[in-house]
Parts: sequence; C-alpha cells; structure tokens
Amino acid sequence: MKSRYISCSKAISEAIAEEMEQDETVFILGEDLVAHGGIFGQFSGLPKLFPDRIIDTPISETAIVGGGIGAALTGMRPIIDMHFADFVTTAMDEIVNQMAKIRYMFGGQAKLPLVLWAPDGSGIRAAAQHSQCLESWFVHTPGLKVVVPSEPADVKGLLKSAIRDDDPVVFFQHKSLFAQRGPVSPEPYYIPLGVADVKRPGAHITLITYSRMTYRCLEAAQELAGQGIDAEVIDLRTLKPLDFNCIAQSVSKTRCAMIVHEACLTGGFGAEIAARIGEELFDCLAAPVARIGAKDVPMPFSPVMEDFVVPQVADIVACAEKTVKRKRL
Amino acid sequence: MPTKTLLAQQAASLTDLSIYRHSGHMHAHTKPALHINARQKRAILKRMVLIRVFEEKAGDLFQQKLIPGFIHLSIGQEASTVGSCSALRPDDYIISTHRGHAHILAKGADPKYMYAELFGKAAGYCKGKGGSMHIADFSLGILGANGVVGGGFPIMTGAGLSIKLRKTDQVGMVFFGDGASNRGTFHEAANMAAVFKLPIVFVCENNYYASTSRADKMVSGPSIAARACAYGMPGHFVDGSNVLDVLGAVQEAVDHARSGNGPSLIETSTYRYRGHFEGDKQKYRTAEEIHAHKLHRDPIDRFEKLLLIEGTLTREDIDAVWEGVNARIDEAIRFGMEAPLPQPEDALKDLFVNL
Ligand SMILES: Cc1ncc(C[n+]2csc(CCOP(=O)(O)OP(=O)(O)O)c2C)c(N)n1
Ligand SMILES: [Mg+2]
Repeated sequence: MKSRYISCSKAISEAIAEEMEQDETVFILGEDLVAHGGIFGQFSGLPKLFPDRIIDTPISETAIVGGGIGAALTGMRPIIDMHFADFVTTAMDEIVNQMAKIRYMFGGQAKLPLVLWAPDGSGIRAAAQHSQCLESWFVHTPGLKVVVPSEPADVKGLLKSAIRDDDPVVFFQHKSLFAQRGPVSPEPYYIPLGVADVKRPGAHITLITYSRMTYRCLEAAQELAGQGIDAEVIDLRTLKPLDFNCIAQSVSKTRCAMIVHEACLTGGFGAEIAARIGEELFDCLAAPVARIGAKDVPMPFSPVMEDFVVPQVADIVACAEKTVKRKRL
Repeated sequence: MPTKTLLAQQAASLTDLSIYRHSGHMHAHTKPALHINARQKRAILKRMVLIRVFEEKAGDLFQQKLIPGFIHLSIGQEASTVGSCSALRPDDYIISTHRGHAHILAKGADPKYMYAELFGKAAGYCKGKGGSMHIADFSLGILGANGVVGGGFPIMTGAGLSIKLRKTDQVGMVFFGDGASNRGTFHEAANMAAVFKLPIVFVCENNYYASTSRADKMVSGPSIAARACAYGMPGHFVDGSNVLDVLGAVQEAVDHARSGNGPSLIETSTYRYRGHFEGDKQKYRTAEEIHAHKLHRDPIDRFEKLLLIEGTLTREDIDAVWEGVNARIDEAIRFGMEAPLPQPEDALKDLFVNL
C-alpha cells in the first residue's frame, strides 16, 4: 500500500478518529480542545466528527486527570489532554498515587484503559515552565506505561495501541515534532508498545534515543558516516515496556553504546539504560557507555541559552567520535 | 433588579453592549475613588498609556520576529490593572500571571529591562532566563509572573503569612483570570488566607475568556466575586473598564487587609482586545464583538473623556502624555535591542545560591 507524507499532528487526529469510530467509549477530555482542534491543532477535525466526545473543561487539572481515572474505572476509554506536559505537576497525586496504583492496590480487580496525552519538550522558546521532558518521573512510577515516539507513522500506530491498551499510558508528544512529516500507510495499523525500531543500521556505535532526539541522532549519524563512523540509531519508541532485546542485539554487534535524550542528564532514562547495559552486556562492551542529555538546569528562555542546554547534532557527533576512539580491540 | 446572574449578564453583554450605557449595571461595586487629585489622575492615565503603548509595540516586535517564544498582551485591560496597583504602596507585593506585562509595569517596573527580557538579552530583568511569562523585580515587590495558571495563589498565601509573622503592614495582591478561578489552588489559598486573616487582595481580571473558553461556560455560580462569600471574605464585582471604580473597590480591600481584617476578592469585568496569545486564530469570538468593546468600553478612552469633562486635563495635556510615553517606550526598545545577548554558558548560572 502506498504511503502518504503526513505530519505528526495529522497522525494524531487520524489515530484518534479511527479509534473513536470503532469504539464509542473513547473520548477526549481537556482544556481548549474544540475551538481550534486542540492548542496545537492536533485534534483538527475531531470536534466536527465527534461533537460529544471531545470535551472542553475548566482549568482544573486535578479534576481533569482524576476525572479521566474515574471514567476509565467505569467503562470509558478516555484520552486526557494535559495541554503541556509541564502541567502534570498540577495532577501528580492523580497520576502517581491513583492512576498508577489503583489496579495493583485493589488486587488486580480494576482496569484503567486511559491515555494521558502530554506535549513535551523544548524548541518553541517557551522557557522553564513549558519546555520540560519529564518522562523519567513516570518510568520511575510502577503502574504506568510510557510512550515517546518520533516519526508520524510511529505516532499513529502507537497512539492507537495506547488507546486500545487496558492500562494507563503516558504518551509524550514532542512539541517540535507536530509539523514533522513522514510516510504513513493509509490503511489502519497498530504498533505494539514495547518494540523499539532501528531507524538506521550501523556497525561501529549504537545511538539509543527516542522522541525528537531520534532526528538529531540520524543527522549526527550522517555526519559521522562522512568520518568513517557507521552509527546504528535505535528509536526506543516506548520506555515502558522497554525493548532491551533490541538494545542488546545492537550493542552485541557494535560493542559501543551511547544514549541521547532531551531530558536533563542526571537521573534521566539514559542512566537506567547505561546501568542495564553495564549489568547485562558488560562482556561485549569495548568502550564505556556514553550519555548525552540536557544540562541540569531549568530551560532558559533566551534561544542562545536554550540551544546550549539542549543536545545539538554537533554535541552528539563529538561524543560519538570520542566514544568510538576509546574502543578497545 | 436584574434576575440573571452576573456571569449570564456578562455573556449577554458580549453581544449587547447597551448594558454598559446604563450606570450601575451588574450590581457593580460603585464607590469610585473620588478623593484622588489631579496629579494622581494624570499619573494613572500615564500608567495606562504606558501599558497600552508597551503592549502594542511588543505585538509589533513579535510580528517582526524580534521576540522569541510567545507573548500574551493585556491591551484593553489597563484600567483593571492600573486601578488595582494604584492602591498599593511600593513595599506591597504582587504576583502576576502569564499575561503579566501590565501588572509588572503598573507596579513600577522599567520598560527597558522588560523589553530586554522579551528579547532574551542579558540586561533583562531575569537575564534572559525568564522571557515574557516570567518577569520579576523583587526589589519592587513583584514576586513574579507565572506561566502556570493558578500558580500564584499559594505563593501569595505564604507571602501574606510572612507579612503577618514579620508584623509589617504590607499587603499582597495576587492577580488572576476568570479561568484561573477554577484551579484548586485558588480555593485552597482563599480558604487559608481567610482562616489565617492574611493581608491579601485577590484580583480576578475577568476578561470573559480563558484562552478559547468563555467564562459563562466554565465558571459555575453567579459570579467569581460571589465565590468570596463561600470563604467568608468580602467580594466585589467592579466595572473593570472604569479605572476609578476599580481603584475605589481595590482601595477598600487594601485598607481592609492592611488594618488586619484579612483578605478580599475583587472581580473586575474587563476585555482583552488581542488574542489569547499573539497569533491566536480566535475562532471562538467575532471581530464585531472585539470592535464593540473597543468602541464603547475602552478604558483609556473613557478615562480621557472623564478628565476632559472634569477639566482635569486639556487635550494638549493628554497629547503630551502620549508623546512622553511613546518617547520612553521607543528608548526602552532601543535599549533592549542594543543590549548584548547572554553567553550560552550563562545558562548554568543562578540555579543555586552557593553551588
Ligand atoms: C495549570 C495550567 N493549565 C493550563 C495552562 C494553559 N493556559 C495558559 S493561559 C490559559 C488561560 C487562562 O485564562 P485566564 O485565567 O482567564 O487568564 P487570561 O488569559 O484571560 O488572562 C491557559 C488554559 C497553564 N498555563 N497552566
Ligand atoms: Mg480570562
């Protein structure tokens, strides 16, 4: 089937439209969804197609997220729009103490089929309270699945799976990727949670990444190729469940791994991957595992400072070169 | 007596502005500030014009892509903001919102450091780390604009508690929108401020819209001012396009707080002329509605007419105010444009006091 080139925004609205079409318990709850199809236009067309199932709320995040939980417990399949991922902080009890724990605490009686959809990341110069990548908080909370897609085809297939999933899924959509286009099949399809994707095969080093940094790693890989370094790029796509097999296969081959994410470095998901590679793949490593993340500061407003804080292609290239140079034979 | 709730009346007024031609509409608190003298009135006009010109030029600069990120302008809301801040002393505190330029200017901030901040320059109020949504000048009692709607309420509760513990007679004023009145933080802070009798004035600038959402669709109850009643504090609704009405109501609330009687809530009925942010498609309202508000309820226009009728100022005096402000703003923009960018590594500074 011939693919079309569509944006991540379009992929999102298509995924939701298809799921709403076949399951009338799917609905979206959040602020400012109807007038403009979401504040990023990500739900364009949906208010017309499903007028009763895309619901504008007051600015009451606690009630929005808690409301999603209550609806999920009682037979609905809500998508909760978090507006900006940064605002998860205003509903952390609902997410961490309720959403993530209800099924387990109550001995597996309940299921919570909901998606917490949260646009994250920097790039629109929105400063400290509108630019964060907070995925590691949720990976650190047992009971939540965490999705961090990059290209439109993955966004669509993973969002559909997240909606169908019977457990709570935190779905981070990078804000700088809404307009990013890519090939997407016109036929409905699903991508299972927990399967990484090798976006570029390579022999010398494995770049393990996700979300927007996938594109930066691909660009870096191209530059590295010019210097004779053949980098493999793995897009994890979901952090929980994690496809460690894919990492293991690649690192066994390249014997060299580097993790790249936009979230700040300390306590970021890269630390978890590096630890697991150390524990499970020590014997095949030829160099220390490298990590790149944002510098450990809130996001500054001024573009010169933001660009310094967030990993750039040049940072990835430099770190990969250094790591490959350290490889023992 | 109209039987409709204030919120319903406001909603009706979006299409029927004749409501505003009758005085005393909407049970507004009408004890305008009558005691202020000509010099103070000129200062009030000047502040409103300063905000108007600052914001209009910020909008132009944004359109020319000279301001990164996004900006929320307060054009149309000047009377609400200036009336409120005119009741404060320099050592009083304010906390602002995402739509913060006006509050910060009204509390006395210098536009040149504000523009520098909007441009992301090192000379800005926050050294380029904050941008439009995060401007503060702690030396002027401005405890910060806030990018999180409703983020300011609990912080002001703490500032109020601190005033009480330090036994000063300062007052804290927290600005918020109609939309923010639905955050849980508002309700927690209002109750705590009331039980502790904290010297806080809650100023709700009800401009009818929270982003794309109309207040009458999102706020339950007769009005936002009426929510004060639930927390046992005075609540007043005031015509936010009339600066002296706002000042009268807010002055009463400030005096009440300063003399140890606890918090109050003032709801000002106002209107933003621009989109929620610059570039907003505004599909949620009509051009006619915006035009009608500009025509009939412009706060600066109304105040100028009053001053002319009273004979407080002449047309020439008013023109001189605009000229002076324009020159000051142009100079401030020049300062901001010419100021150097921060060094990239400056991003690593200011995180901790001693690290
Ligand atoms: C906790 C939180 N939720 C949502 C937003 C996004 N947001 C920014 S401004 C705004 C509307 C605020 O409306 P209102 O309080 O009436 O203030 P106004 O914009 O009218 O000045 C929204 C929803 C936010 N910044 N913070
Ligand atoms: Mg509003």
